[in-house]
Amino acid sequence: MSDLSRPTAVSMTTRPASKGAWFDPIFQFACLAAATLLLAALGGIVVSLAIGGWPALHKFGFSFFTSTTWNPVTEVYGAAGPIAGTLITSALALILALPVALGISVFLVEFCPKRLAQPIAIAVELLAGIPSIVYGMWGLFVLAPWFALHVQLPLMMNIPSGSIWEKVFYGVPNGANIFTASLILSIMILPYMAAVFRELFLTVPTQVRESAYGIGCTPFEVVRSVTVPYVRSGMVGVVMLGLGRALGETMAVTFIIGNAHGLPQSLFDSGSTLASTIANEFTEATGEMHTAALTALGLVLFVITFSVLAIARALLLRQRND
Amino acid sequence: MLFDRRARRRAANAVFVALCGLATLLALAALGLIMVSLLKQGFGGLNLTIFTKDTPAPGSLGGLRNAIVGSAAMCATAMVLAVIVGMLAGTWLAEYGGDTPYGHVVRFLNDVLLSAPSILVGLFVYELIVRPFHGFSGLAGGVALALIAAPVVTRTTEDILRLQPNALREAGVALGAARWVTIRKIIWRGAGGGLLTGGLLAFARISGETAPLLFTALNNQFFALDMTKPMASLPAVIFQYALSAYDDWRALAWAGALLIALTVLSINIIGRVIVARGNTRP
Amino acid sequence: MLTKISATALGAALLAGTAAHAGDISGAGATFPAPVYAKWAETYKAQTGVGLNYQAIGSGGGIKQIKAKTVAFGASDKPLKVEDLDAAGLMQFPMVMGGVVPVVNLPGVMPGQLHLPGALLADIYLGAVTKWNDPRIAAVNKGVKLPNLPITVVHRSDGSGTSFLFTSYLSMKNPAWQSKVGASDSVEWPVGLGGKGNDGVSAFVKQTIGSIGYVEYAYAKQNKATYALVQNKDGQYPAPVAADFAAAASHADWTKAPGNYLLLLDQPGAKSWPITGATFILVYKKQDNAAQGADVLKFFDWAYKNGDAAAGALDYVPMPAAVKTMMRKQWAAQVKGSDGKPVYVSK
Repeated sequence: MSDLSRPTAVSMTTRPASKGAWFDPIFQFACLAAATLLLAALGGIVVSLAIGGWPALHKFGFSFFTSTTWNPVTEVYGAAGPIAGTLITSALALILALPVALGISVFLVEFCPKRLAQPIAIAVELLAGIPSIVYGMWGLFVLAPWFALHVQLPLMMNIPSGSIWEKVFYGVPNGANIFTASLILSIMILPYMAAVFRELFLTVPTQVRESAYGIGCTPFEVVRSVTVPYVRSGMVGVVMLGLGRALGETMAVTFIIGNAHGLPQSLFDSGSTLASTIANEFTEATGEMHTAALTALGLVLFVITFSVLAIARALLLRQRND
Repeated sequence: MLFDRRARRRAANAVFVALCGLATLLALAALGLIMVSLLKQGFGGLNLTIFTKDTPAPGSLGGLRNAIVGSAAMCATAMVLAVIVGMLAGTWLAEYGGDTPYGHVVRFLNDVLLSAPSILVGLFVYELIVRPFHGFSGLAGGVALALIAAPVVTRTTEDILRLQPNALREAGVALGAARWVTIRKIIWRGAGGGLLTGGLLAFARISGETAPLLFTALNNQFFALDMTKPMASLPAVIFQYALSAYDDWRALAWAGALLIALTVLSINIIGRVIVARGNTRP
Repeated sequence: MLTKISATALGAALLAGTAAHAGDISGAGATFPAPVYAKWAETYKAQTGVGLNYQAIGSGGGIKQIKAKTVAFGASDKPLKVEDLDAAGLMQFPMVMGGVVPVVNLPGVMPGQLHLPGALLADIYLGAVTKWNDPRIAAVNKGVKLPNLPITVVHRSDGSGTSFLFTSYLSMKNPAWQSKVGASDSVEWPVGLGGKGNDGVSAFVKQTIGSIGYVEYAYAKQNKATYALVQNKDGQYPAPVAADFAAAASHADWTKAPGNYLLLLDQPGAKSWPITGATFILVYKKQDNAAQGADVLKFFDWAYKNGDAAAGALDYVPMPAAVKTMMRKQWAAQVKGSDGKPVYVSK
């Protein structure tokens, strides 16, 4: 089945007689130029970050990445806390959102009555259109108090002291922590992932699925053995789309993560992310070194994104070769 | 034995179906909860003055006219730029150079660009346009938003085009059509629904962005149509008003947030209707 | 077709900013005074037709933007030291004042009941005092029923002029705070959690029993928060009301503040609220565009003359008349066009 997973591009020779063939090279060049423009934009961002962040990286050297000190008064900066917070919240958000997004798209494509599928799909996509700040305020005023009262307090009261769970769930019971931030993030990346998953599933040719049903597969087996392998290469794109959104999301996280610069000690501890630290402090930062340190955080975020994506890509390559 | 296996398969299937349904319910519940708080806080503020008056000082009667117009102008600029760049780049990746080394680099770095925090994109455009020309402008805001939307369009365009059957491309060649005509008339058209999804997601993403606008378009208390001047936007107004101490400002902020959500919803529906009409895809 | 559109768009993008100036005035900076500047601008536009667009991008942003000359004036809650002003060729003047008020969430404790000397407040924020029934708190709060609850400290997570005032005050009153933490828009908080904006702080305080936070005066007043009283230099506990912020300002000596660098913290006077601060406007001493410079000063002069009632209605405290007169003299003496003449002289 996995041979179906990816159509290979046919090489097409353009015949000189074709109408409008003279435009082909121009069109191809325009496409290439557009792709290059994106590269140039990224290059420009990275270069301006590198120039802006250089003073901080130069001054603190390697300790910038390992130190948890973040002190604007003495002008000593280390990014370990925000780096950890970014990785933890993004990974958690992805773990929470991935099965749900997959479930939604399978439900819409395979099981849902046609008439209902479209409205539900639009409703899920609507989640993407809610401004980030609204997620933040909803998280702060609705989710956090609810979470504190109905999850954190009962856990605190029922976990026997001394058990490992006490450490895992330790935290001030007010709902502002790493976990609730990840929860909000997962809701935010969900619509992107679900929408593209669904589009991918819709591209699986009907004949292929029908024939699988024909030999007696249950829907579950069709999804597992036919649909998912068929769109596998696109699925990585979906995960990247979600992960990318999660890594860089700022405003919603800022409201609910508690904004502590140290390393988070438990699932319910306050933390911070690279993006939230930049958003929190950039506009008020007056010292040169403070601005440089914040810009360097931006650079670190790019390096992290770069590495995470590179690892994901390498994993995919290995999977394909298996 | 045989019966056993079938029962197990059936049970697995039932569990799977239930889980998929549950996932959908979860997402709808999240949407419901957020929409309820949006409606509760924002619906009371939605009236005609929202569209006829500009953003007020606290204590005065006002609306969001300048912000709505500014947002529309900047989002439109951004979407035009992003769709042109994103569709062409995505097409190049899917149809021309996606498997070359340069293609791999472009695809990879586009994914990196996807996750650029919007505040950094804003700062880049600030250095690129605002500072050299000594002034904040609506156009700078549009360019910043375009940089956020373009990678989304590129990513979805490539994914969708790659899944178009090769038979379509062969058909184009067989008809003697030029390659770009094949792409435009057959591949793009066939992928219409998916491309639209990409565009809608990109629009949804930028419609609520505050951070990239603060350092590019700034914001404007007054009505302005001139794209070379500071320009108001809904997210910037929401950001400022929602965190203020004054009740009338907060009410306007929630009304604005509801307005953005409703706009995204209606553009989604309109887009779907157009595609459904012009498309016979199953 | 596509290339034509993209060419047009590119051309338009290149044209961006070439016609950036002319017409209305724009300024940017501190978040704290934004509502009152918006109010003044609205009235001013109705009276004169001139629009002044002020945007809250943060004090640091305001200083950066005026230095980059992307705005006609900048605004900051944190005054610049005279050497920084001179280096950049800027002058600053105060526009309005406000105060920072501690708020608490303690069952059974009413607004204004809890009394805190500055040094004790600092020890709470240092994490040295961790329980509400600590003997040191009980000693200054006889008759208040203090629960046996842990203290949860809430502070601002974003850089803020409010934090600058608060930490500056704690530094003045507590040597341990000064040496361990210090004063800035954002500091390395020893304990507690951070909320985004006044809103974030007050939400966390509301949600957490036994918590203490600090917010701007307007915010405490509008939200009817449970505020605590702070001991002032004369040993008194004034109430966080406009009159007591004004009292702090009236005891301050602006004539002895080079470059108008003055913090209104811990001023003498029985009624002076101890955590009071002014917010400042920054303009270039040498104005490249004299007409625009004049427009800016004209607006703020108009606000000095006609803006006090509006400021009071929004819970800001106007500057004393003597300070206003002093600033007008400084404008005439310091803010000049390229021809060396003052750009604006108040009548």
